[in-house]
Amino acid sequence: MPHMKIDGREIAFDAETNILQVVRKAGIELPTLCYQAHLSPFGACRMCVVDAGARGVVTSCTTPPEDGLEIRTASDRVRRVRKMALELLLASHDRNCLTCGKSGLCKLQDYAERYGVETVRFFNPTDEVKQPIDDSNPCIVRDPNKCVLCGNCVRVCYEHQGMHVLDFAGRGANVTVSPAYGKALADVDCVYCGQCATVCPTGAIQVRGEIDAVTRALNDPSKTVVFQVAPAVRVGLGELFGLPVGTNVEGKIATALRRMGADRVFDTNFAADLTIMEEATEFLHRMETGEGLPLFTSCCPAWVKLAEQSYPELLPHLSTCRSPQQMFGAVVKTYFARDTAQDVADIVCVSVMPCAAKKFEARRPEFAIAGQPDVDAVITTQELARMIRAYGLDFTSLPDEPWDQPYGESTGAAVIFGAAGGVAEAALRTAYQQLTGEELTRDLWQTTAPGETSREAEVTIAGTTVRIATVNSLAAAAALITRMKAGEAPYHLIEVMACPGGCVGGAGQPPHDTLARRACRAQGLAAIDHGSERRQSHRNTAVQALYAEHLDTPNSHAAHETLHTAYASRRRIEESITLEGGGPVMVEVCVGTCCFQQGSYATLQKFGKLLRQHGLDDAVALSATFCFERCGQGPNIAVNGQVIENAVPERAEEIFRDVVLPAITTADACV
Amino acid sequence: MPATAPLPARQEGLRKFQKVNDVLERYGWDATNLIAILQQIQAEYRYLPQDILTYVATALGRSPSEIFGVATFYAQFSLEPKGKYEVRLCDGTACHVRRSIPVLQAIREKLGLAPGEQTTKDMRFSVETVSCLGACGLAPVVVINETVYPQMTPEAAVKMLNEINAREDSAQ
Repeated sequence: MPHMKIDGREIAFDAETNILQVVRKAGIELPTLCYQAHLSPFGACRMCVVDAGARGVVTSCTTPPEDGLEIRTASDRVRRVRKMALELLLASHDRNCLTCGKSGLCKLQDYAERYGVETVRFFNPTDEVKQPIDDSNPCIVRDPNKCVLCGNCVRVCYEHQGMHVLDFAGRGANVTVSPAYGKALADVDCVYCGQCATVCPTGAIQVRGEIDAVTRALNDPSKTVVFQVAPAVRVGLGELFGLPVGTNVEGKIATALRRMGADRVFDTNFAADLTIMEEATEFLHRMETGEGLPLFTSCCPAWVKLAEQSYPELLPHLSTCRSPQQMFGAVVKTYFARDTAQDVADIVCVSVMPCAAKKFEARRPEFAIAGQPDVDAVITTQELARMIRAYGLDFTSLPDEPWDQPYGESTGAAVIFGAAGGVAEAALRTAYQQLTGEELTRDLWQTTAPGETSREAEVTIAGTTVRIATVNSLAAAAALITRMKAGEAPYHLIEVMACPGGCVGGAGQPPHDTLARRACRAQGLAAIDHGSERRQSHRNTAVQALYAEHLDTPNSHAAHETLHTAYASRRRIEESITLEGGGPVMVEVCVGTCCFQQGSYATLQKFGKLLRQHGLDDAVALSATFCFERCGQGPNIAVNGQVIENAVPERAEEIFRDVVLPAITTADACV
Repeated sequence: MPATAPLPARQEGLRKFQKVNDVLERYGWDATNLIAILQQIQAEYRYLPQDILTYVATALGRSPSEIFGVATFYAQFSLEPKGKYEVRLCDGTACHVRRSIPVLQAIREKLGLAPGEQTTKDMRFSVETVSCLGACGLAPVVVINETVYPQMTPEAAVKMLNEINAREDSAQ
């Protein structure tokens, strides 16, 4: 095996692709701002520099290891280069650390202290002019003044999520990370997965906090504050209090929330079991009829938003089941309120989630009754840790208490919702039992290995082979959908989670996350599942009781009212191009990808010609727009907002005669 | 929607959009030709309109943020509409030491440009500095559209602008 000499010690290396990995294997923690194991190496931050002798000072993250190479990690030269790089990074950084949400968790702050940067000699442009902060959405806050241009957010958004919402803009000293045209995240097709915040080394991208709304409710004696805690939180929170990664701290969470004044402390796992009862039934129904297959899971709010924006044609394939968070909210506001004879307005439902996008999901208008949201506030694992510290609770010495009943009971199938593959596995366990009357004895898959973004499995149920796929990256989801459309992916059930490793790797989890830590948390969840007495959602007695009392059977009318939802396509691009004319009648021709391929450009040209022939430039405003969300029936055009499908060039004259001309006549009559 | 623009200006839109598609066609709808595509589009519109950039992104199967990144990286691309006359003043080393800055100040003052403003409100002139035009022997140099004005002084620059204004006013 080849060897490298690191600080005088011989270190063997094997599959390591860069010197940084070898140095870390040697037990030396080199600093990095821009290095992420699951993203391409970038070499931008210059923190991981090492002294390679005659080769000079090189960035270890972008240099492959070589047999016989001698490097030093703390030579005077290295220390000087690193300290200078830090000083230059700090020079244009908004250094209001005391009021920054990342204070104490910021890598830049840590390194400045660790490597002894005592003064910054350069002028700081953020002292004079601050770039505007983007807090346009409920999930993510971007402060460009704290950005060190490490590019982690750009790469995770493009490489892992395939979204490419963020990129570098500008040049030289004016470079910023920005959505297209400097727009706000709310105005572009961001799905709020928040992975950009997870990989951000500083406070430039953070998950938006809403602790104040929660503490206000806790301090209001007229409110009944009901908490629900997602599965991934219980194996993530402990890390922030020094416990080993993956430790299950659900008992301490229940105690902590009660001490803060929570009236009920429930478990989102209960709702996960409920989700499985609904989703497995839905799946079996679709298997029976053969319609709407493959069935896509709908628990991940980032994935649901992506599907609505970019895959409207797949919406009939999305499970109509609400996510566990929203099922829980609906059950609390409907049945808990009824059973405890409380006014819904007095109940505040707070969820603790490992996720940024759940904050968006909770605010979706369809998840509200008479304007009152089913879930009033969503806090993350990190926010819960902050609350525990603010309430002065010594977390590690708290006793373990159980969840409140009845929504505290859950099975092993529910807890694995928090890791990639878990939702599909849980659904299969119940579907198998419903079809065969027996329990599925083998696990579908072991926990997903770090960095593995897609897996598939086959299960034979009563003679039928069921093919299942799971992806934990939106880029992998897009690739799977492409294969599916090409007829190369004949799956029946497809689970999509946006974040690496599933919800255990969500943006609300402890900061500076690594794939290895995510895998440990997933193992923590698997251990809870394996240790559970009941490992199938249909054996949850509290769920059975809820059906007996209120919901009748899975997919019943009542269940559909409370536990299911509907999807609508969202326009991805709001822009349109004004091309010709003005006047009261608007003709828009879609030039989005699908319509364009189906000949919309020729249609557009014909319309332009017809307008000129008839001398109607004064009466008609012609524009090119991007999507009417009916890609299957393209080319689409809209006359005064009324969409006409299949507007092929050959039909242009007919549409002009039958629709546009009458519209002009009507408009004239109005004048 | 501009309802009162004169007719020829309105028909420009579709003609230009057709040009965009011709350009995309000529470059094979291939994003590796992005810079050339953007140059051709800018030649047509005199800047890169946001809606057209979004269209180019969609047509090339790329993200608008990526196209925006390229368009903002190169100084030759403008995302703001430019004036009919693009005044480029060289502020490279040779021009700078031959006093290019007073020339710039005189031009900006004559055109009434506020700090940070590049284009006059009537869209007749845009003013920018460039780093070297490769004509150091003629320093300080100003180029307006394709015409080179060598060895400029503040007085000569104002005279030159007056001439253009007179020409434009009489044409109207």
